[in-house]
Amino acid sequence: MKKIFIITTVITAFLVLLPLSLVAEKKEEVESYKIGGIFAITGPASWLGEPERNTMEMIADMVNKQGGINGVPIELHIEDTVGDETKTVNAAKKLINSDQVIAIVGPSRSGTTMAVIPIVEKAEVPLISCAAAEAIVNPIKKWVFKTPQQDRHAVDRIYEYMVDHGIRKIAIMSGTTGFGDQGRKQLQKLAPDYKITIVADETYGPSDADMTSQLTKIRGTDAQAIVNWSIVPAQVIVAKNMVQLGMDIQLFLSHGFGNIKYVEAAEGAAEGIIFPAGRLLAAETVPTTHPQKKVLMEYKNLYEEKFNEPVSTFGGHAWDAMWILIRAIEKAGADKAAIRDEIGKITGFAGTGGIFNFSPSDHNGLTKDAFEMLTVKNGKFVVLEK
Amino acid sequence: MNLGVQLLQYTLSGITVGSIYAMVAIGFNIIYNSTGIINFAQGEFVMLGGMTAVYLYKTLHLPLFISGLGAVFIVMCIGILFERFAIQILKDSSVITLIIVTIAASILFKGGAMFIWGKDAYVLPSFSGDEPFHMFGATILPQTLWILGFLFLIVAALTGFFKFTIVGKAMKACAFNRRAARIVGINVNRMVMLSFALSALIGGIAGVIVTPITLAHYDRGALLGLKGFGTAIFGGLGNMGGAVAAGIIVGLLEAYSAGLISSGYKDAVALIILLAVLFFRPGGIFAKKEEQALKTF
Repeated sequence: MKKIFIITTVITAFLVLLPLSLVAEKKEEVESYKIGGIFAITGPASWLGEPERNTMEMIADMVNKQGGINGVPIELHIEDTVGDETKTVNAAKKLINSDQVIAIVGPSRSGTTMAVIPIVEKAEVPLISCAAAEAIVNPIKKWVFKTPQQDRHAVDRIYEYMVDHGIRKIAIMSGTTGFGDQGRKQLQKLAPDYKITIVADETYGPSDADMTSQLTKIRGTDAQAIVNWSIVPAQVIVAKNMVQLGMDIQLFLSHGFGNIKYVEAAEGAAEGIIFPAGRLLAAETVPTTHPQKKVLMEYKNLYEEKFNEPVSTFGGHAWDAMWILIRAIEKAGADKAAIRDEIGKITGFAGTGGIFNFSPSDHNGLTKDAFEMLTVKNGKFVVLEK
Repeated sequence: MNLGVQLLQYTLSGITVGSIYAMVAIGFNIIYNSTGIINFAQGEFVMLGGMTAVYLYKTLHLPLFISGLGAVFIVMCIGILFERFAIQILKDSSVITLIIVTIAASILFKGGAMFIWGKDAYVLPSFSGDEPFHMFGATILPQTLWILGFLFLIVAALTGFFKFTIVGKAMKACAFNRRAARIVGINVNRMVMLSFALSALIGGIAGVIVTPITLAHYDRGALLGLKGFGTAIFGGLGNMGGAVAAGIIVGLLEAYSAGLISSGYKDAVALIILLAVLFFRPGGIFAKKEEQALKTF
């Protein structure tokens, strides 16, 4: 008898409360801007995804505390891709079909971004990627934007430096990931423009433990410098192996090296490495007159205070993407096509990655000036003196 | 630089990588030898060994030697707990079920490591400096010699243990036929626990000694485990000497194909030869026909 009583009570309570909760949910749907985030929060590219997720949540909190966008709060739907293409595609479909987001920030990796492009294009949802590859915005996709600087511009900066210093023959090494592969293609494509010859072209897997074979092969050529293009921790092993082999030619890395933990893991082997990167990594050394100075210091201070870890350029990409999106929503409201149009009109926006000037023919909005050549000195990133 | 020196450097690179694979493969073999299970969490033991050592050394500032020992001990305890709480309570399940449990455990270990230590890559200092040895123009790191030394020590000890001691033989008996082993008075439960302790111990040692070369990273275990597993199959599951030989062969194949053909085909060459071996000699390159007939895999 007692049992029946309990069961009836539970069912009644459920029936009474159910409509209430439905009403509450429905009301929220109208009164919030649903923004999706897809990042590689765990998995081999997690050092990209985690700061990106943190940054996105931090900005949403800030905006919501100040009353939201035009009085409407932001509602985040964040999915973890584990850096995997299949999972990213599923996550994007979930965000679009079941969460009904009005725009998506992410994914973190070039490979996963390429995988979701057909989906957002078909569903007509604006996407601002945090991945670097040129192919994301070239050729232009109607609904796809990205905030990281272009690989091409990083290559431009490296090659310009080489030309200035009389380096004509180079070897390239790249990780076998989307980022490494796209970088390799850009290096090959742009080399003739600078009259640079690539004398060796080697790759390594993200889990490889030793790159002395590849480096030995390079040592057998007349390369004057090595460009190592990768984002995985294994890129550090290249620097260490070069010390082991006693190779003294200059090592250049990509902007994928922009994490001070890599310098620690290299144990001194990273000293003197030259790489192009956004100004965020050396924010303190940027002159106060620079238009990015204010935003760089603001993001750095906010992030480091809240999460108690150093900022990385990757979180900066999410910062830029999120503020660009908020600006567009301010004008366009929840209309996806209008949001896309507004993003395309943003000019003169100072972000952590550079000054963004979007246009119908440029869905990245940055020039090669977004990059600064940095080096490692006494275990710290500093602006390379010319 | 002439081709001879290059070839020598490829050989040394191959040995470096191969000895790491062999270390992981041995862990697979111990558990296989006493339970017939393939422990897919073996790579995670290696990762845990490296990460724990880094934690003890860098965060608690213990001396390197103590950190290494401590890490090995902690990983061994994790291996015992894993066996007690995941394998023991399912002891009457089929081998396949237990293998799936080990996959689940590997995901748990990886997630736990990520939660505790974060997602960055860490490194331990080399045991005896980073100054490489030079041989005719090629170089090898002192740490590689440490790995090789430990490898041979462990293989010798384990081979002796399984061949000549009662406990070792009892462990092997459990794998062949649990019921028969129990009938002749072998404490099967204890033997299984011992095998997990041993393989976690070796995984831990591997983790500590390879970290100065490969870096420790929460995500490293799965891929190390995969290569180690391939190596164990290549050398014949359960065969300690075979694991070492196979590890070195796989490492050399990778290094030569990276150096002489193209680094893009490095993994492909190693995998194709591995497949060929499995196709023609499913028991591994060193298997005897009669021995293979007795094995489950």
